[in-house]
Amino acid sequence: MSATKQDVRSRDTLGASALRPDGVAKVTGAFSFSSDMWAENMLWGATLRSPHPYARIISIDTTPALLISGVSAVLTAQDVPGKATYGLISADQPVFASEYVRYMGEPVAIVAADHPETCRRALEAIIVNYEVLTPVVDPELAMLSSTELIHPDGNLIRHQHIVHGDPNAASDITVEGNYTIGMQDQAFLGLEAAMAFPDSGGNGVELHIATQWLHEDRGQIAACLALPEENVRLVLGGVGGAFGAREDISLQVHCCLLALRTGKPIKMQYSREESFFGHVHRHPAKIWMKHHATKDGKIVKIESRMVFDGGAYTSTSPAVLINGITHTQGPYQCDNAIVDGYAVRTNNPPCGAMRGFGVVQACFAHESQMDLLAAACGLSPVDVRLKNAMRTGDKLITGQTVESVAPVERCIRETDAIPMPEPMSQKANVLEFPGGSGRTADRHNIIRGVGWGVSIKNLMYSEGFDDYATARCTLSDGVASLKFATSEVGQGFVTLAPQIARSVLGIDEVVLETSDTQIGSAGSTSASRQTWMSGGAVDGACRLVRERLFEHVGKLHNIDPIRLMVENTDIIDTVGTFRISVSDATQGITISETFEHHHRKTEDLDENGQGNCHVAFAFVAHRAVVDVDVELGLVKVVQIATAQDVGRVLNPLSAIGQLEGGIAQGLGLAVMEEIIMDNGRVKNPSFTDYLLPTALDAPRVVAIMIEEPEPQAPLGAKGIGEPPCISVTPAIVAAIRSATGKALLRVPVRPQDICL
Amino acid sequence: MNDPIGNEMYSLHVNGQDRAVMDAWVGESLLYVLRERLGLPGAKGACEQGECGSCTVLMDGDAVCSCLVMAATAVGSEIVTVEGLVEQNPTMAVTAHAITSQVTDVQQAFITEGGVQCGFCTPGLIVAVHHLLDKNPDPTELEVKESISGNICRCTGYGRIFAAVEAVVQVRKANS
Repeated sequence: MSATKQDVRSRDTLGASALRPDGVAKVTGAFSFSSDMWAENMLWGATLRSPHPYARIISIDTTPALLISGVSAVLTAQDVPGKATYGLISADQPVFASEYVRYMGEPVAIVAADHPETCRRALEAIIVNYEVLTPVVDPELAMLSSTELIHPDGNLIRHQHIVHGDPNAASDITVEGNYTIGMQDQAFLGLEAAMAFPDSGGNGVELHIATQWLHEDRGQIAACLALPEENVRLVLGGVGGAFGAREDISLQVHCCLLALRTGKPIKMQYSREESFFGHVHRHPAKIWMKHHATKDGKIVKIESRMVFDGGAYTSTSPAVLINGITHTQGPYQCDNAIVDGYAVRTNNPPCGAMRGFGVVQACFAHESQMDLLAAACGLSPVDVRLKNAMRTGDKLITGQTVESVAPVERCIRETDAIPMPEPMSQKANVLEFPGGSGRTADRHNIIRGVGWGVSIKNLMYSEGFDDYATARCTLSDGVASLKFATSEVGQGFVTLAPQIARSVLGIDEVVLETSDTQIGSAGSTSASRQTWMSGGAVDGACRLVRERLFEHVGKLHNIDPIRLMVENTDIIDTVGTFRISVSDATQGITISETFEHHHRKTEDLDENGQGNCHVAFAFVAHRAVVDVDVELGLVKVVQIATAQDVGRVLNPLSAIGQLEGGIAQGLGLAVMEEIIMDNGRVKNPSFTDYLLPTALDAPRVVAIMIEEPEPQAPLGAKGIGEPPCISVTPAIVAAIRSATGKALLRVPVRPQDICL
Repeated sequence: MNDPIGNEMYSLHVNGQDRAVMDAWVGESLLYVLRERLGLPGAKGACEQGECGSCTVLMDGDAVCSCLVMAATAVGSEIVTVEGLVEQNPTMAVTAHAITSQVTDVQQAFITEGGVQCGFCTPGLIVAVHHLLDKNPDPTELEVKESISGNICRCTGYGRIFAAVEAVVQVRKANS
């Protein structure tokens, strides 16, 4: 133990670039991802999926599959003992399709067998007779009363109206546009995977799962299995990225069903192709937006209509929609607004959470509009944004006052002050040209462009939801151990939690217990919320422990505990000379406390879309510099300059990783990534055909973190995960517009949008 | 079933050792055999098409996507996985921060420079970077980018990975 202590650098407390405690395991291959699990006598599970976007199931014959040697079980809808459906907001998604399949890839049956290849053959042997129906794939058509209802709950998932201020407010100038956002995939690297262990009596199950929210999964799984929640134990399997795609149930129920049926451990993992069908995507959206402004560029009123394609099942569509429409104005002052938002059911793949959660779509529209407004008023993109920049105390179009620190002007000015990149060198390698390794761009056709994007993003859950987080701290013999159910998906909460404990308790050695359902919920690793929420819970638990430690030390040494404080690794008497190391003070004793962190209450929106529905907000500015081969329509993003409102930097190394990673995903949506749909069919479910940014696509990122501690946040720090990926997309598109003069009303921008 | 799965038996040379592969089916990929039969889950599967590089291993000194190699065709080849890098690069092994495990300089740099988030792409990238620096000890920025452009990372945006490679290059230069 002393050897370990010597290796600890000068105190990895809050503010230090503490290193990941799982780093060594991850670089040596020793870290156990959920797909790395293996058990004696385990069987493999696999899923039969619908080849049709919309069809009636006439019959399913599983007998031929059961006859294959090595096959242990084949299950369909009739084998679900509990609730037949699940869902995060509305339980409208079947565990297995029974009467109808409503999207391509919907699960119909599952098998358990001794080898993945046996599974594949078993799936092939199942005979399903479908009556193929014409899919409803256009959300505008799906909403019409004349259109067939494709689900008993109807085709309109949610409509919300916002009217704010004077809807008839007059202005000098109007600009409007119709914007389209394509369907993006989260494309985490670690495919869906789980292992389920049945209890010996068959009355319970333990599921090791890569998920964003253990407790939410447990509730949904237990209901479908008809088991009490306490008989369903979830343990966090190593998570290979999430980005929203692990909020919904994928293989959880299936894996448990097979384990309970066969009495053996079941391993399930999706292939990449299957993963494209196995999780929800970012909503494709169509947005009409009209800005009314004074002739000097001050926004007077915004009108908008947003239609989000929710696909076949609800998932988080109602919440994504609300995020979209309540961020219509962007980070700008706006007194008057009329907005209507629709989340619509279609026979496209279900859409739900992805980093940015509805705000990405709204931001592409409002930032495109700001550039139109700038042009109409003869202002620069920077000046039009500065003129309208939101400040703390301003009202949103929902009537909510922005109480958060709102350094929008600073974000813009500090981004603007970042030096521009050098012009493309005459000696530039062809790999640096647009198109990169395709090596097809011609230097003479390359034009450079610059564009801007600024955004506001809500933090935590909204509309009255209490997404609290729980943590326990146990201090004994100079070692703190922390227990929470927080999903570590790569973001670095496992690094941050010990930093918090070291800062509060003055110890250096912190042990993390297993993340599982043996403690209260931590809420989801989403909505940029875990640093604030689980961080707040860890901070709270450690403070309670510290309080009890002071009482213990005070009693022992006859000092009023109120006089004690932690200084580095010692407890000191602030008005005397007493000093004892925390390590010495905790020898032979154990103090354990559990804390739940709740954020302040939020409200539902009323019928006019008014209400304090969000908790807090973060802001960011992006400036993109691109090179475009205007003949071939190829784009190279050269530099992204950004200044982000982070509240407080708790770990600089982790923070820059979030900024750079988010920017790459926003770049993907701008120029590369789209799930291509054709009448309800996914045309590109592979990494060969769904293009992701590679090392050669990565721009130079120059980032500034603006530290103005957020009074509401337990650690002063805002969530930083989502903002980086939001306004970078419109910034890149604006830069392409400036290089090409094209309107470019949809993302991703494809070569044909530029050169044809 | 006419072609029962199993019964193939052969031997692979992995991380300096001969490893018998028992009861295999001939259609299994090298990735599957390493992970599921030889207890070496360091190489990851994420695309099955050689696009993402998560499964990168060294085969006779070349970086290959083990998902695209049939295991039975790798008989006779020298295979090195991420688990075997420390043994293959003994002079580079350093003690990682606060941990007594042995890691290579590339592994160390990925930790200290922030090149690891979820970590799923990391083993493949580590193998790819070792391969790059073995062949080209002083790569240009562009050579680094090109050489790891077959390894997709979805978390980091690559910035900290470039920093890790640069750190290794500088340390190796200083030490040579």
